[in-house]
Amino acid sequence: MSVGIVLVSHSAKLAEGLAELAAQMAPDVTIVPAGGLADGSIGTDYDEVVAATQRADHGDGVVLLYDLGSAQMTAELAVESLADPSAAIVADGPLVEGAIAAAVAAQAGQDRKAVAEAAATAGIPEDLAPAEATGDGAELELELRNEVGLHARPAGLLVRTLSAFDADVTVRLGEQEADGHSVLGLMSLGARQGDRILVRARGPQAAAALEKVKELVDGNFGE
Amino acid sequence: MACTADGVAAAVRAAAAVVAEHRVELIDLDRAIGDGDHGENLNRGFAAVVAALDSAVPDTPGGVLKLVATTLISKVGGAAGPLYGTAFLRASAKLGAGATLDVPALVDALRAGLEGVQARGKAVGGDATMVDALIPAVSAAEKAAADGGDAVAVLTAAADAADAGAESTVDLVPRKGRASYLGERAVGHLDPGARSSALLLRAFAEAAR
Repeated sequence: MSVGIVLVSHSAKLAEGLAELAAQMAPDVTIVPAGGLADGSIGTDYDEVVAATQRADHGDGVVLLYDLGSAQMTAELAVESLADPSAAIVADGPLVEGAIAAAVAAQAGQDRKAVAEAAATAGIPEDLAPAEATGDGAELELELRNEVGLHARPAGLLVRTLSAFDADVTVRLGEQEADGHSVLGLMSLGARQGDRILVRARGPQAAAALEKVKELVDGNFGE
Repeated sequence: MACTADGVAAAVRAAAAVVAEHRVELIDLDRAIGDGDHGENLNRGFAAVVAALDSAVPDTPGGVLKLVATTLISKVGGAAGPLYGTAFLRASAKLGAGATLDVPALVDALRAGLEGVQARGKAVGGDATMVDALIPAVSAAEKAAADGGDAVAVLTAAADAADAGAESTVDLVPRKGRASYLGERAVGHLDPGARSSALLLRAFAEAAR
């Protein structure tokens, strides 16, 4: 199983919408929205957050994300109330980007600490530094023919796929380069249909990783 | 004179009555610089506390405070629920299973409550929050106790200091909570959380008489 995710928001609609969005990139992760008060009004409901946290835990723990200040406090209180408070982590990151990053990390089978870390660092601009000279790695230029380019779902699929390989992968579009293990980084490239991306891989399974990327791109990411 | 669980429950009921009485004032204060729900939320929470006390009063002062804490956490929502909830929870933990509440325990509980609020909300003095009422209140309570004051003297000193501390938030730029988004524009407004903290302490002081 994977780490579960709870989205604590003042708004039920916000939490539900975000859960829907994140689930698109992490179909096997339990993502539980906990937004609004029981009567449908705006606020955070402690009891609901506790229940959501219990529901999201399939044994590997839970990461909670929140929107505004009091949602953080409610989330922290809920975690402290658990029989084992170490089973859940309140991640300090931007709610939307953090939820997507956490969901993808959880889908890739990372542990709760890594999932929380993914959420916490999601708001930090990706490092778009120029690529290092490729000595030991391999690279491959590919044309994106799928309709939406490296948009959310394809980017999520790519990151998930690459997580299975022992390889550092970067994707370059023009002057910009993104970490192939970061959904937000890939999305920030803004690569569209018809764009040519340069995929570089280093590490023991670099060749296999590149082959898999080619397969995805050639297969239009299953679109 | 030490206070029993029934005495603490009576003080909590008195606090609930004061919150109900000041509901609109707190709403107006919060509407000016926050989301306007403080009076409503706190009143809903304390009404639920009274309902819980109506069905059963716990055996110990600590038990009463724990009931207050869990009820406020569940019913208040907003920032006030977790903050007051944590304050009462820490105070309750400090009191443990003691059957009565004396002055040293009272002062310890007040200190624990303040520390709980600070741990939960991460606010320090000068951020224009309830902490600006509670820090001087706890210091005044400790001083009154050191001077040999009884529970009434301790709580009255705390309430007086909390009033002054709450007033000080008028001139401060909020750095925590919803009001912090307003920055300078919130200057000139009394912080609703500081006001409600002062009201609660005043209610406890009156009830101790």
